[in-house]
Amino acid sequence: MDTYALLWAATMNAGTVLALASLGLLINEKAGVVNLGAEGMMLCAAIAGFATVVHTGSDTLGFLAGMGAGALMAAVFGVLVIWLSTNQYATGLALSLFGSGFSAFVGVNYVQAKLPERMHFDIPVLGDMPVLGVALFRHHPLVYGAIALMLGLMYFLYRTRAGLVLRSVGESPESAHALGYPVRRIRLWAVIAGGALCGLSGAYISIVYTPLWVEGMIAGKGWIALALTTFATWRPARVLLGAYLFGGVTMLQFHLQTTGVDIPTQFLSMLPYVATIVVLALISRNPKWLRVNMPASIGKPFVPN
Amino acid sequence: MLRLEPRAQTSALWRYASPLLALALTVALGVLLFVALGKDPVRGLQVFFWEPIKNAYAWSELIVKGTPLLLIALGLAVCFRSNVWNIGAEGQFVMGAIFAAGVALTADANTSSWFWLCILLAGVVGGMVWAGIAALLRDRFNANEILVSLMLVYVAVMVLNYLVYGPWKDPLGYNFPQTKTFEAVTQIPKLMQGLRVNVGVFMALAGVAGLWVFLFRTHAGFAQQVGGLAPDAARYAGFSSRKALWLAFLVSGGAAGLAGALEVAGPLRQLTPFVPAGYGFAAIIVAFVGRLNPVGMVFSALLMSMFYIGGELAQSRLGLPRSLTGVFQGLLLFNLLACDTLMNYRLRWMRAERTN
Repeated sequence: MDTYALLWAATMNAGTVLALASLGLLINEKAGVVNLGAEGMMLCAAIAGFATVVHTGSDTLGFLAGMGAGALMAAVFGVLVIWLSTNQYATGLALSLFGSGFSAFVGVNYVQAKLPERMHFDIPVLGDMPVLGVALFRHHPLVYGAIALMLGLMYFLYRTRAGLVLRSVGESPESAHALGYPVRRIRLWAVIAGGALCGLSGAYISIVYTPLWVEGMIAGKGWIALALTTFATWRPARVLLGAYLFGGVTMLQFHLQTTGVDIPTQFLSMLPYVATIVVLALISRNPKWLRVNMPASIGKPFVPN
Repeated sequence: MLRLEPRAQTSALWRYASPLLALALTVALGVLLFVALGKDPVRGLQVFFWEPIKNAYAWSELIVKGTPLLLIALGLAVCFRSNVWNIGAEGQFVMGAIFAAGVALTADANTSSWFWLCILLAGVVGGMVWAGIAALLRDRFNANEILVSLMLVYVAVMVLNYLVYGPWKDPLGYNFPQTKTFEAVTQIPKLMQGLRVNVGVFMALAGVAGLWVFLFRTHAGFAQQVGGLAPDAARYAGFSSRKALWLAFLVSGGAAGLAGALEVAGPLRQLTPFVPAGYGFAAIIVAFVGRLNPVGMVFSALLMSMFYIGGELAQSRLGLPRSLTGVFQGLLLFNLLACDTLMNYRLRWMRAERTN
């Protein structure tokens, strides 16, 4: 029983990584912008956060540094894509390629670096419960933060005026523009918000999840987060659910490796990637199912005349 | 203040000037970076732009790295021109190398000296199979090819690792994760004694000519591109988008697989976990910087090869991390995309007045 509790705890932890990034990407995709630079932003945020914690000893500053790095890179991407109408796919790819090179370059001296003693979190009383305590109440605050973010985003997108404006910018930028909303500025802020959350996720990986810095350590999590918005058909609750599901796949792989199942480790390591491909194919098979919630102007530039 | 004003027509001048301006900007940023790191910028530029071309040996190395980049980029140009986003060329390259190695490992001392052709063919098939998965999932399941082709890169690398750590590991290799060195007979014919450059460069150049004819002189090539420029027009003309999708993926997968086979049976001579060197991703930049034009990509492939060699030299001579290559490659693509704006817009000084 305790093994399963630990496995569930690890799943939530791994899912949080994906959820933070994917909920961020959901914001800019709802505004009509696809940012393929997630992987690059997360890598740069991971090293920014890690280096900050190494030098200052403060996790909070580390998270802020990661968010800042992600937001800054997203802002560059946003200006190119929104004001200069560059191709969103190509520009996002450029961001990913640059990010993987730049993070490796800056991080070269941090590969052996160690973080100060990691804190353990434990909610009083609840954390002492048998089984459930380990499974649910001894997590890093950001694990609950991701859940709160999902709830907040649901409220924001579907219950507030600002959320309605954001969605209208993604559905029909022409109408939003005609109504007098600054479409491009709204899109830029959505992109920056997405970048900041990808950055938070990247910093969470290097500060809490792993916690260390290695070149290329995001290992495709940015891309899986991108796929998650599609899996979830752009609904925040489904994003979180999907993130936990994929967190579970990742943890299942580690679990099987440690229990010594007779499958080569490389095939187990493939699991999250293969699962992404399979789920993507299954979900995309029904275009109607996707189109209901897909922002109509996604990927298309908007130039007011 | 500066404002962007749309041009009535795409500027022909900026089509060609934009990559050069992007390169100039990248060099300028590079100089700033060297200064910031306290290195002599002249030495830095020398390492990147002079050392790789200073003698025959340097040229040979430049071409050894430029060949796979060019081959992969040629295939990607077909994809990008038809609006098919295959960004998993790295995986197709790795799978080509694996297939080629599988064939190369069967060779013994009595094998025909033409066996290398079989090895290359196996590489092409390997790349096509891997790209074919992405094409199939797009075609039958409507799955986003960007994500699928990219995920397949990770899967291909895992397959490679499985083979070199497992069944294909050289029993006499001191437990290193690598296959045994291929028989001498499998060596891709070299152009000159003592230099690593081999006949692969002619295949890449033949690919340049072939692609040029296909894109600009055949009906099939025209049909292939219309879907990328104007999907509605293509549908109206009866050009099949499914055919374009499959052709793009198979051509680019085959080209990347060939590059992988040339690499593993040429300079590498064995399968190791270091086969994926990022050529598949760098080739995306080669394709864009070369304007998706076969001849243009020859130059951008050489340039990107310079970045690779410059990065290695910067490590050994200047004590800078090798990943400098990736930084400059990414910057170049960024700058190019920004400069391309000048093709469709012109910069105008305007008096500050609030519009919007």
